[in-house]
Amino acid sequence: MKIEKTAVHISVNGKPYAREVEPRMLLVEFLREACDLTGTHVGCDTTYCGACTVLMNGLAVKSCTMFAVQADGSEITTVEGLEKDGKLHPIQQAFGDSYGLQCGYCTPGLMLSAHQLLSENPVPSEKEIRKAIAGNTCRCTGYMNIFKAIELAGRNMKGA
Amino acid sequence: MLSQLGEGAKFLAGGQSLIPLLKLRFANPEHLVDLNFIPGTSFIKEDSGALHFGAMTRHAEIEHSTLAKKIPVLHDCAAGIADVQVRNRGTIGGSLAEADPSGDWANALITLNTTVHCLGTDGARTIPLKDFIKDAYTTALAHDELVTEVEVETPPKGSGGAYLAFKRSAPVYPSASAAVQLAMTGDVCQDAAIALGCVGLTPIRATEAETALRGKNLNDKTISTAAEAARSVADPQADMRGSADYKRQLVVALVKRAIQIATRRARGERVEGAHLYA
Repeated sequence: MKIEKTAVHISVNGKPYAREVEPRMLLVEFLREACDLTGTHVGCDTTYCGACTVLMNGLAVKSCTMFAVQADGSEITTVEGLEKDGKLHPIQQAFGDSYGLQCGYCTPGLMLSAHQLLSENPVPSEKEIRKAIAGNTCRCTGYMNIFKAIELAGRNMKGA
Repeated sequence: MLSQLGEGAKFLAGGQSLIPLLKLRFANPEHLVDLNFIPGTSFIKEDSGALHFGAMTRHAEIEHSTLAKKIPVLHDCAAGIADVQVRNRGTIGGSLAEADPSGDWANALITLNTTVHCLGTDGARTIPLKDFIKDAYTTALAHDELVTEVEVETPPKGSGGAYLAFKRSAPVYPSASAAVQLAMTGDVCQDAAIALGCVGLTPIRATEAETALRGKNLNDKTISTAAEAARSVADPQADMRGSADYKRQLVVALVKRAIQIATRRARGERVEGAHLYA
């Protein structure tokens, strides 16, 4: 079956991407395959695990649960967009400093969920952190160091 | 546009239920008509004793709305749906139109006077929510008709409500949920609406439980009687979330807690009604 392609213009990490895509292409496939940005992971592909979390216009979304054409005209931030000028983003630095990761598969998604939280609330309580990352599954860490990393990142970003 | 595409076409709202269903091949539409780029479909307004929600209003927008907090059951529901990412995309209109038996909105809203505004090729009409939800995944909507607005009547003074869901983790559907709306004078319950979610093909109104509260002083005994009455109308399926008996037991616990929270809120107390996790 021939599927007509649709033109999309999506800004990813501040860089414009113009592509022709099949309407059924998921946003995560667009990022990984059309933009070669493989930092966004596919975990469960069932809207559960949050490994594919990216920011769309500043809000965390599961990129496996929307189509690329639905992001037309929007601004997407992936984990590749966090560091600036070779310097890690405070969230990335804090995940490293607090041992907030082991295998790292869930980490990009967690960092972007943390990003939405900290941009709205730089000094979150543990309860607020739990609520903010409830949609991100980590099978290694038991989450405690992730909470510490997000608290630390919030403190460092506030001081920045 | 949808009517031109024929029977194989379907509307796509927030997509947080529909896209997973497509991946599982439980839904196989030939065409999807995306509603996300239509301006003016996302709003929260108050007028003449009712709150109005545009169909494409996201759960997160309702969660953070001070207007929606005026009816606590709405905030309970919006803030507890799945996780942040899903709440940023999922919509109130999409949730009702999907009529998933495990969905949250229909169960929370059925305890209030809720009207669904619909628009199709034959024009606009309004349908009370209780007549809108027909069966699992089935509503009164015609194939080429969509939801434009959800209207929720503000409950009278002295009212309190609560919506509680029990979930194994945030992103999954609840194992069971209970919505309670009470109108109180002092400790006496004037009116009650109780609905159970995820334990039948549609939300179930526990009318005997409501009768057990009406005109009564609310205390441990009357609340227990109502919760037991709710157990008997629950019609759960055993699945990976638990056996049927387990879910009936959950219903009893959820209804009790929701009545207690609703009673305190009716007195004007601020009570946070967080969802419960296993």
